[in-house]
Amino acid sequence: MTQHLPVLVIVVPLLTALIVPLVERVRRGSAWYLVTGALLFSTYAAIQMLVQVSSGPIEGSIRYALGAWSAPMGIEYVVDRVNGIVLTMVAVVGLISAVWMRPSLKMEIREQARGSYYTVFLLCCVGFMGMTITGDIFNLYVFLEIASITSYVLIAMGKRRQALYAGYSYLIVGSIGATFILLGIGHLYMRTGVLSMADIVALFEANPELFEKSDVRVAFAFFTVGLAMKMALFPLHGWQPSAYTQAPSAASLFIAATSTKVSAYVFYRISFSVFGIQFLESALPVIRDGLLVMAAAAIVLGPLLAIRQNNLKRLLAYSSVGQIGYIMLGVVLLNMDGVTGGLIHFWNHAAAKGALFCVAGALVYRTGSARIADLAGMGRTAPWTATVLTISGCSMIGVPLTAGFLSKWYLGAGALAADRWMIVPVLLASSIFTAIYVWRLLSLVWFAPKEAVPAVTKEVPWAMRGPALVLAAGCLVFGLSSISVSIARDAARALGLGS
Amino acid sequence: MMLAMTLLEIAPAVSVGVCLLGVFGIVLARRSPNVREAVSLITAGVNFVLVLWMYCQFQDGKEIGSTLVEIVPGLSLGFRVDALGILFGLIASSLWIVNTLYSIGYMRAHDEHKQTRFFSCFAIAIAACMGAAFSSSLFSLFAFYELLTICTYPLVIHAETETAKAGAKRYVTYLLGASTLFLLPALFLIWYAGGDNPTMAFAEGGLLASSTASHGLLGLAFVLSVIGLAKCGMMPFHSWLPAAMVAPTPVSALLHAVAVVKMGVFGVSRIVLHVFGIDLLEDIGIHQFLVWGACFTIVTASLVALVQDNLKRRLAYSTISQLSYVLLGLGMLVPAAGMAGVLHIGVHAFSKITLFFAAGAIYVALHKTKVSELDGIGRRMPITMTAFTIGALSMIGLPPAAGVVSKWFLVQGAADGAWYGVLAVLVVSALLNAAYFLPIVWRAFFKPTPPGEDDGYKEAPLLCVVALSITAAATIALFFLPDIFADLARAAVGGGS
Repeated sequence: MTQHLPVLVIVVPLLTALIVPLVERVRRGSAWYLVTGALLFSTYAAIQMLVQVSSGPIEGSIRYALGAWSAPMGIEYVVDRVNGIVLTMVAVVGLISAVWMRPSLKMEIREQARGSYYTVFLLCCVGFMGMTITGDIFNLYVFLEIASITSYVLIAMGKRRQALYAGYSYLIVGSIGATFILLGIGHLYMRTGVLSMADIVALFEANPELFEKSDVRVAFAFFTVGLAMKMALFPLHGWQPSAYTQAPSAASLFIAATSTKVSAYVFYRISFSVFGIQFLESALPVIRDGLLVMAAAAIVLGPLLAIRQNNLKRLLAYSSVGQIGYIMLGVVLLNMDGVTGGLIHFWNHAAAKGALFCVAGALVYRTGSARIADLAGMGRTAPWTATVLTISGCSMIGVPLTAGFLSKWYLGAGALAADRWMIVPVLLASSIFTAIYVWRLLSLVWFAPKEAVPAVTKEVPWAMRGPALVLAAGCLVFGLSSISVSIARDAARALGLGS
Repeated sequence: MMLAMTLLEIAPAVSVGVCLLGVFGIVLARRSPNVREAVSLITAGVNFVLVLWMYCQFQDGKEIGSTLVEIVPGLSLGFRVDALGILFGLIASSLWIVNTLYSIGYMRAHDEHKQTRFFSCFAIAIAACMGAAFSSSLFSLFAFYELLTICTYPLVIHAETETAKAGAKRYVTYLLGASTLFLLPALFLIWYAGGDNPTMAFAEGGLLASSTASHGLLGLAFVLSVIGLAKCGMMPFHSWLPAAMVAPTPVSALLHAVAVVKMGVFGVSRIVLHVFGIDLLEDIGIHQFLVWGACFTIVTASLVALVQDNLKRRLAYSTISQLSYVLLGLGMLVPAAGMAGVLHIGVHAFSKITLFFAAGAIYVALHKTKVSELDGIGRRMPITMTAFTIGALSMIGLPPAAGVVSKWFLVQGAADGAWYGVLAVLVVSALLNAAYFLPIVWRAFFKPTPPGEDDGYKEAPLLCVVALSITAAATIALFFLPDIFADLARAAVGGGS
C-alpha cells in the first residue's frame, strides 16, 4: 500500500466526502466519525511520506503517475521535502479542526445542514491537499477551484446574514484570482506545450532565452497577481477579514490556518519548480522588488490594523495578513536563511493561528459572539483556553523559545544576507505592533478587574480544549527543537539554494 | 562515576527544572497556604543546595553543563557554568530563600490577594534567572531574559489598581520594547558579523574576537545591545524601574534589586567579556560610550534620588545609580575595575535587598511610605532601622559594610587606567549617596517622634525581621570575607582563577 500513499492521501477523503451525506442521512451524527477517520488516514499518509522523503537524498521525491499514465500524458503526484511540509500541515490542521469542530458545530450549524457541512469541509481539505501534492499545473488549477468553491460555501454557512455577503465577496475576488492563474497556465502552455511542472522547468533550464519572451513574463505576472489575491497579500487582502469573521468558527479555524498559506506555497512551487531560480534571480527584478514592498507592507500594516479591532476573529484575520507577508518575504529574499524562515513559518503560523482561532471559537461557543471585551476575566473561568491564548500569542509576537521567534530570526538573517537591511526594522516594528494587540488580549484575560463578571462562564468541552492545547504545544515544540528548522533547511536546499 | 558525569551535564537544567517544578507544586497546593509556602521554601532550598554543589564542582575545575538543543549550528539552547554565571546563580538562589521567608511574613501580614499567582510567578522568575545565569549562548540568555520580563509582569501589576496597571504597562513597554527594538537587531548584527560560521556561543575573550566585520558595524551592535538590555537601568531607559515600585515590596526587593536589574548588568557583563571581548572593544573604542553613559547615570540618578520623598522611589533611583557602577567597572576595560564591577553585582544585591526589606517592614508595621514620616522610627523599629543603616553604609561605601570593597577596587581600577574623570564622578557620587541616605538614618534615630504619635516598640512580623537581619548580617560578612565573590569576579574578568 505504501507506494500508493500519494494518491490515497487524496482519494480516501475524496470518496469519504461523497458517502458522508448518505451516512448522515441514515444515522444523524455518524458522519463525524467518517470525516475524522478519513483525515486520520490522510495525516498518517502525509507524515509517512514526509518521513520517507526526509530520510532520502536531498533532491529526492516520491513520484506517482496517476493510473500509471506517465508524465507528458498523465498527471503526476509528487511529494518532496517542500510540499511534504505543507501537505503535513494541511492534513494535521484538518484533523485537528475535525476533532475540534463537533461541539462547535452543534452551536453554529443547524442539525440538517451538518451533513453537508462535513462533506464540504472534507472536499475543502481534499482541494488544499491536492493543490499541494500535484505535479501538474492544470491539475493544480482544478484542485484550486475545488478548494476555493468549498471555501466560499463554508464561509457562507456562517450563522449571520453577513456571512452570505462575505462568502460572495470572496467568491468574486477568488474567481478573478483563479482566472488570472488560469491565464498564467494558458500562457505557459502556449509557449511550452506541456503541463507537467518537471517538464516545464527542464525546458526553461535548457533554453534560458525563453525568459526573454514576453508571454513567459506575462504568465509569471498573471500567476503572481492571481496568487496574491488568493493568499490575501496586502493590498489585495480586502476579502479576507470579513470572510474569517463571518465563517462558522470551525471553518475559520481550518481556512485561516491553511488556505492562504497553501496559495503561498503554490507561489513557491511556481517560482522554484516551474520558472526556476534563474528566472527569479535575473528576469524580473521589478516583480521581486514589488513583492518585497508588498510583503513588507503586509508585515507592518497587518498587525497595525489588527490593534484597533473589537472582534477577535477580525483581529486574527488582520494578523494573518501580516503573517502571509512573512512567508512571501522568504521567497523574495531568495537565499538559504530567508527561504528557511518562510518555510518554517508554514508550520509555525499554522500552529499559532490555529490555536488562536480555537480560542476565538471557544469564545463564540460560550458567548455567541467574538467580541474581544468578552474575554475579560477568562483566565479565572477558563484557564486552559487562556493558557492556549498566552502561548500562541507569545509565538505570534516572536518571543524566544516559541516557534514565531525562529521564523523572524531566519527572515532577519536572510534579509541581512541579501543586503536588504531595511527589512530588519520592518520585522521589529511588526513584533512591536503584534505585542501591543496580544498584550491587550492577555491583560483582559488575566488582569480583568475583580468585580467584572466574566462572559465566558466556564471551560469549553475537552473535545475543543484538547486540539487547542495540541496546537499551542506545537508552538513550543517548534520553538524549542530543531525538527522544523532542519526539515526546512533541507527543503530550501532541495529548492536549489546554496548552503 | 557515570552518574556523576551525567549529573554534571544536566545540573544547570535541573536547577531551572526544580524551580519550574516548584511552580507546579505551588499551584497544586493553592488551597492550603501553609503547604504552598512550604513548597516555595523547599524549592528555594533545593535549588540553593544544587547551585552550591555546582559551585563546589566548579571550584574543582569540572566542566558543568551541556547543549540541550542545537537549532542550527551556532544557535543553541544550552548551559555552561562559568565564574560569572555561578556568581549570579549563587546570589539569586541564596537570596530567594531569604526573600521567600520575607514574602510569607509580608503577604500574610497584609492579607494580600492572589498569593498563589504571586508565589508561582516568583518561582518562574527565579527559574529564568537560573537559566540566564548558566546560559552558554547569547540566544539562551536572550530567551531567559524575555521570559523574566513576561513572568514578572503579573508581579508588578499585583495590586491591580489603576496605578499598578499604569506602572506595569510602563514596565513591560520599556523592557519588551527595548529588547525587541535594540537587543534583537543587535543579535542579528552579531550573527551577521560571524561571517560564514555565525555563532551565539559565549567564548572566553569574546565570540567576535576574530570577526572581520567593520568596526562601525560592531560598535553599532555593542551600543544596541547595551541599550537593549534595558534591565541594566542605564539612563535614559531607566524609567521602568521607578514605575515598577508599585509592586509589593518583596517583589521590589528581590526582583528590582536583585534578579531583574542584575539580569541586565549580568547581560552587559556577558556582552563585554564574552561576546565582544576586552581587546576588541579597546580596538573599536566604543567602551567610552559605556563609561560615560554610566557616569552620567550615576550622578543624575543620585540627584533625582535626593528629592524623592517616597522611600521606595528613593531606593529605586539609588539602584539605577548603583547599577551603573557595574557598567562603569566593565566599561573601563581595566582588570581591577572589571572585577570591581562584577563584584558589585553581589555586594549591591545583599545591601539593596536589605534596604528594600526595611522599607517594606516599615510599611507593614506602621504603614509609612515617605521619608518625611520617619522621624524617631529608629526607636520603634530598632532592628529594622539598624539593618537599614548597614545597607545605607554599604551604598555610600563606608566600612564595616560590603560596599566599600567593590568601590575600593573600582577606584583602584580607575587609577590604573588613568580614568581621572571617572575618579571625580566616584567621589561626587559617594557624597551624593551620603546626602540622600544619611538624613534617613538621622531622622530615624536622632529626631523625636512627632507629637501625638504612638512611640512604642512595634517591629514588623517576625519572618520579615529575620529576613532583613540575615541580609544585613551578610552585608557585613561580605566586608570581612569578600573572597568568595571576589575570587569568582576575578576569574570572570581575568579568565582562569
